[in-house]
Amino acid sequence: MNIFGIYIDQPIIDFIILIIRCVVWIIALLTAFAYIQLVERWVIAKIQVRIGPNRTGPRGLLQPLADAIKALMKEELIPTNADKLVFVIAPMISVATALLAFAVIPVSPPINLFGYEMPMQIADINVALLYLLAIGSVSVYGTVLAGWSSNNKYSLLGSLRAAAQLISYEVTLGLALVGVLMLTSTLNLNEIVNYQANYGWIILPQILGFVLYMIAAIAETNRLPFDLPEAETELVAGYYTEYSSIKFAFFFMAEYINIITVCAIATTLFLGGYLSPLPFLPIIGAPGIWWFAIKVFLLIFVFMWIRGTFPRMRYDQLMNFTWKGMLPVALLNILITAGIIILLHPGSAQVFAR
Amino acid sequence: MPSDYFPLFIMLVVSVAFAAIGVGVSALLGPRRPTAIKGQTYESGMPAVGTARRRVWIRYYLVAVIFILFDIEIIFFYPWAVVFRQEPVFLFVEMALFVAILLVGYIYVWRKGGFDWY
Repeated sequence: MNIFGIYIDQPIIDFIILIIRCVVWIIALLTAFAYIQLVERWVIAKIQVRIGPNRTGPRGLLQPLADAIKALMKEELIPTNADKLVFVIAPMISVATALLAFAVIPVSPPINLFGYEMPMQIADINVALLYLLAIGSVSVYGTVLAGWSSNNKYSLLGSLRAAAQLISYEVTLGLALVGVLMLTSTLNLNEIVNYQANYGWIILPQILGFVLYMIAAIAETNRLPFDLPEAETELVAGYYTEYSSIKFAFFFMAEYINIITVCAIATTLFLGGYLSPLPFLPIIGAPGIWWFAIKVFLLIFVFMWIRGTFPRMRYDQLMNFTWKGMLPVALLNILITAGIIILLHPGSAQVFAR
Repeated sequence: MPSDYFPLFIMLVVSVAFAAIGVGVSALLGPRRPTAIKGQTYESGMPAVGTARRRVWIRYYLVAVIFILFDIEIIFFYPWAVVFRQEPVFLFVEMALFVAILLVGYIYVWRKGGFDWY
């Protein structure tokens, strides 16, 4: 291809487009984070009969920008007896894994842009679901290392609690998704969406799995009523007590991007992804993205609503709830799904006849 | 296809670069006036007592070990679930045997109070 009269190889152009896609992806995620965070403050303010941010720009719309500038300009404090290297790396792990996780989620069918067939996800991999679980496990490191390296007792307690909670709920999170895989027979997210285009949304046969997934997702993102790792009243701020300036903002950012990601996974797996709920309702432009965004935002709104409504759980209740309550129910869900698939399978009748 | 993963590698590089640039810009823009008091760890306004490098409650390790047990179960479940529709009855019996063995351990931990926090 010739650009400004200079011949450039196709692989180089593809590579540059790939980098641009990654950068656009991150900017889009950060913008979504900034405004979801603002909407959450409005929603919580309405629930608590307050006004909420309304000073910066029209109706407070520039508040995220002001927050970002403030976070960048603040003095950053590193405690003298902290482990400096780990202290700096921990928030970077948190934010990088949060950004990485979203890369495999298809937000729309491929669109045609300037003659290029542009896939609306960074990577279309076969084991996308396994990848998401793996990235979720890596992000625990950010939390644990932050708490440990601060050399602060509150942070240490916060990070230990966070680690125990995250890994406990990850078990239920993983098991809740097995039912979906049994129906679709694939780990590829695009194929799961295609399955739903043919056989209907998976939330209908897997309603139990969806409820389990959403509860575990709230716990995974450290939200009320499961926000014990950062319980302000008892642990100051949990694992990021000692963090200031942009490093604090990174933890905040990672938390909200993780919320977007878990809601996007729920949308893709249970709510038909970018599919339109009513086939006769067309939207002009790129319809897939709009449907996807609406579904994800509705789920995030549920998160905000729960945050405004429920009190915090006690720690022993929290651990009992997942190990003694949700784990057996998740196994039961797999058992029920397996039973129904066996009953409907054409070959099963012969097996029982023998 | 291994080449499917190449975009993820680029994404890793770009997101780590984003995090590094953020930390770097903040270090350049923010003021830096460290004092001895500022450098102390926060302990509700009191002088910090001792360090946080101390032994932690054994139950956190216990949870970690139980987690490994169940996480491996999940890793077994995933490929099983993907091929389940090909031969459901046989695969169901196979998995039932595996889960039965695991459930013995689960019930043992439950009865021993491994999931109780007090």
